[in-house]
Amino acid sequence: MHEMGIANSILSGVAKELQRRPGTRAVKVGVRIGELAGIDPDALSFAFEALTLDTDFAGLAIDIEYVAPRSRCRECSHEFEVRNYELLCPACGSLSTERISGDELEFKYLEIEESDSDETPCAEPQVAGSEVAELRTAESQARELEVGEK
Amino acid sequence: MNRVPMEGKVLNENARVAAELRERFCEHRVLVVNLISSPGSGKTTLLEKTLEALPRASRVAVLTGDLQTENDANRLKRYGFPVKQIVTGGTCHLDARMIEKHIADWDLSQLDMLIVENVGNLVCPSSYDLGEAAKIVLLSVTEGEDKPLKYPSIFFKSELMVLTKTDLLPYVPFDADAAIANARRVHPEMEVVKVSCLGGDGLGEWMSWLERRKQTFLSTLSQPVG
Repeated sequence: MHEMGIANSILSGVAKELQRRPGTRAVKVGVRIGELAGIDPDALSFAFEALTLDTDFAGLAIDIEYVAPRSRCRECSHEFEVRNYELLCPACGSLSTERISGDELEFKYLEIEESDSDETPCAEPQVAGSEVAELRTAESQARELEVGEK
Repeated sequence: MNRVPMEGKVLNENARVAAELRERFCEHRVLVVNLISSPGSGKTTLLEKTLEALPRASRVAVLTGDLQTENDANRLKRYGFPVKQIVTGGTCHLDARMIEKHIADWDLSQLDMLIVENVGNLVCPSSYDLGEAAKIVLLSVTEGEDKPLKYPSIFFKSELMVLTKTDLLPYVPFDADAAIANARRVHPEMEVVKVSCLGGDGLGEWMSWLERRKQTFLSTLSQPVG
């Protein structure tokens, strides 16, 4: 059960992102998790909720995209999603395929809105053995995009 | 409401420390392997047999992780190689920072191989890169042969599966071929060695695998980058 540590690392990443965006608060954070990453999405959601309860992050939603592994065929270079550990290339029938992804544990996006108060939650969440995620922020900022009200 | 892209790995801090460690291990030409299995699959026993079989002059060190006690380190120290216990105090896996801390007073230039025995756990250790060259997963014949399918993460990330306690095969309903086939469904390139630490069968093959892996590791170092 290391989902608590993972949830804490996600919050650290969110806190860091918010520090760069004064006057905003986080509404939802999106992460991508591979089926081979060894993370249980339900346990992670539970840990995330428990960690944020009664903190500045209360109500922050987590959107977990749980992705199947992908393989590439060595014969015909076709890339395909792997279901039930199937090795067979669906394009040419070759068994000579290699797994190219499946253990992702990465950030996707953060939904933010203007915060009501001047106070920006920026304190690092406190959990033993915590990780502080760093983000490639300049690039993220450059590609900032608007998706409108939901 | 704005949606802004966020990038980077969630465990970026561990990844950073692990990358630093890997660089140091490569610089000093130290092969690092990370042994992972359920509790009781025989990691410490395999290590005992490994240390026993190594020539006295081998430059090998061991880090062994557990939630509590120095028992494993005490077991392993008898063979005369440097051994340190990592007591995690409840954490279910080793992380890169624990490795960094525990090798701090070792002179890496005096080592050729570092064997890390992870905390007994098939799940969490698979998420934490320790800067190793290879992960090795152990599966004992008293477990289920479908474990690679139930816990795919660690089998996906391991280069080698050591099937342990094979001396018990006549007494347990374990289908070794099915276990190997399951491991290769998750990870088609999985190498397999079958050992019995009790009878000694397969230990030679395991030692050869380690030696071969060391040579592969050293040959990747001498290749020009790019």
